[in-house]
Amino acid sequence: MRLSSTREQHGSLAAAAPNAFYRPEVRQALYQVVLVICLGWLFWSIYRNASTNLASQNVSAGFAFLGRTAGFDISQTLIAYPASATFGDAILVGLVNTLVVSLIGIVLATLFGFLMGIARLSSNWLVAKIAAVYVEISRNVPLLLQLFVWYFAVLASLPAARNAVALPGNGYLSIRGLYLPKPVFESDFGFVLAALATGIAGTVAFARYANMRQLQTGHRLPVLWVGLGLIGVLPALAFLIAGRPMTFDDPKLQGFNFAGGMALQPEMVAMVLGLVFYTGGYIAEIVRAGIAGVGRGQKEAARALGLPTGTMMRLVVIPQAMRIIIPPLTSQFLNLTKNSSLGIAIAYPDLTHVLANTTLNQTNQPLEAIAILMGIYLTLSLATSLFMNWFNTRMALVER
Amino acid sequence: MMPFLKMTAAGALALMAVTCGGLEQALAQAPAQPKTIDAIKARGTLNCGVGTGTPGFSNPDDKGVWTGFDVDYCRAVAAVLFNDPSKVTYKPTSAKDRFPALQSGEVDLLSRTTTWTLSRDVGFVFAGVMYYDGQGFIVKKSLGLKSVKELKGATICVQTGTTTELNLADYFRTNNLDYKSVVFEKPDESVSAYESGRCDAYTTDQSGLFSQRLKMKTPDDNVILPEIISKEPLGPLVRQGDFQWFTLTKWVYYALINAEELGITQKNVDEMLNSANPEIKRVLGKDGDFGKSLGVDNDWIVRIVKAVGNYGEIYERTLGEGSALKIPRGHNRLWSKGGLQYAPPIR
Repeated sequence: MRLSSTREQHGSLAAAAPNAFYRPEVRQALYQVVLVICLGWLFWSIYRNASTNLASQNVSAGFAFLGRTAGFDISQTLIAYPASATFGDAILVGLVNTLVVSLIGIVLATLFGFLMGIARLSSNWLVAKIAAVYVEISRNVPLLLQLFVWYFAVLASLPAARNAVALPGNGYLSIRGLYLPKPVFESDFGFVLAALATGIAGTVAFARYANMRQLQTGHRLPVLWVGLGLIGVLPALAFLIAGRPMTFDDPKLQGFNFAGGMALQPEMVAMVLGLVFYTGGYIAEIVRAGIAGVGRGQKEAARALGLPTGTMMRLVVIPQAMRIIIPPLTSQFLNLTKNSSLGIAIAYPDLTHVLANTTLNQTNQPLEAIAILMGIYLTLSLATSLFMNWFNTRMALVER
Repeated sequence: MMPFLKMTAAGALALMAVTCGGLEQALAQAPAQPKTIDAIKARGTLNCGVGTGTPGFSNPDDKGVWTGFDVDYCRAVAAVLFNDPSKVTYKPTSAKDRFPALQSGEVDLLSRTTTWTLSRDVGFVFAGVMYYDGQGFIVKKSLGLKSVKELKGATICVQTGTTTELNLADYFRTNNLDYKSVVFEKPDESVSAYESGRCDAYTTDQSGLFSQRLKMKTPDDNVILPEIISKEPLGPLVRQGDFQWFTLTKWVYYALINAEELGITQKNVDEMLNSANPEIKRVLGKDGDFGKSLGVDNDWIVRIVKAVGNYGEIYERTLGEGSALKIPRGHNRLWSKGGLQYAPPIR
């Protein structure tokens, strides 16, 4: 439409041509096209360059190596990793290790960060100063250094396996890790699980009823105690009635090491401690900013209604602070996940360790290995972002 | 407004053109293989990939000067090219990034305790076996162990990105021994974990064990087990595709062996120049054009021996009795003395 009207203005096609370049829309389109061509050409050149060089060095390209036998050992395997496992299996083991340390790290860092953020705003001088000192230390010392401190200074000072500290209940703590009795479930244990599920469902139902009653009558029912009773007592009763369908496999010192039981390795503990301590500092500041961002009038109004400080924080301040807190919190979750790739420094077998170090070196397929690594981290980050965006929409203030 | 828009537009177009053109040039050059020797001479210094700190092989001393067995090889090559063994830029590389460093041309050659294996002969080419090594184990003396076979159920510290990790898995599986590994990226961290008691044993090439033991707090409390569980022929390597450069690196190594065989040392090399022995005359460039045929000067071996000595002298100074390591020469004796070190003749 616009083109034809321009033509009409100038009277002829020939007159329109020289001016076309000066029209913003034509020019914009031109730049886009040139840019796309340039980019396309760039990527094609990179691809051509890499494939030519690889071919000239007789390096085979492709992902066939994923199906080959890996043949190396991984110190922490949460899924099956037999001697015949392939490089693909090894990468999965690494991915699971990354996910585990990231998830535990995110949960603990959030809890710890919230605690410290709120503590920093405390009216208690000592509490506030301790939180401030923590935040400054954790944010200003490089994470790698913190990991070294946790692993090579703190955890390395634990006693040797032969002098392990015996914990109550047949657990052992030594430089080899924390060894705890492993629960062995028998078939009747299903009853206990069923009782637990019933307890949780009952608690949820009761909480809803209590909430409704409070709205109607203003009376509050003891939800906490009833819930604890349902969730704690019901499974315990089921356990006794079913004839204690669970035994423990105790760890025992055998030769060089503990055998049996379940082990928490120092590498994993140091990773979690390092990530939580480091990220917690940032989260504390985000939480402090969020709380400080809630208008003073809101708190004053809550006080005027006679709400105690705890209730005021829980019902008035935190819900409003959350919409300030969640977006930057997402970045911290992403950072934490990516920071877990420092695991190699303290021998934690995360994805980067297994894939970009061991697998890459044994197969000599750097391009493929790094491509897979990037793809996986990108997927993890995008998934975290999507979830947090959904959560953010749910927590956003409903505007009227 | 218009002039500004125009200028911006022109600028953007120009930038695109430059970017495209510049990349075309950069990318077009990459696949071509330039003559490495010419490139090094034009640069004025040899880029030598060494280890990140392995006493005896490549380690900076208290003045920051690189010394060691692998370093002396770099110095020998620089002596041939520049008549000055100090014209080397040492690039410390980790086990992981040594191959990309060589592949990308960041270094001209790697001289850093690298095991010659089939998979590494694809893309690279080894100049020779400078040092016959094998994977060993170090344990605390207090454990009272006599053999690797007694390490059943032990936790073992090891580095990633090396043949060591696979040898360990293979050996323990073959002998039906279970074990746990704790895998680090750098030797210093592995040793630190071993010393703190996280591992019962630490495994790497035996030469590495000797040098790491020196760094430990109480070296005498640790003992190196006698077994060697793998063949680890260590040597310098270069990229494939430049035969002139490969041949030179290979013959620098052969020259060191030949010099030892003929008894040419750092001290007597000047006297030897007057020798009537035809073999020595050939080696020292008094007879024939052997240096020229390699693309360097005929007195190339004189330069090498003056700079670093012969193979035996390098060994004694960096690894053997003259060093803190005191590694017995073992397989690395000359073939004529019951070892494996052998070089084709220069003629």
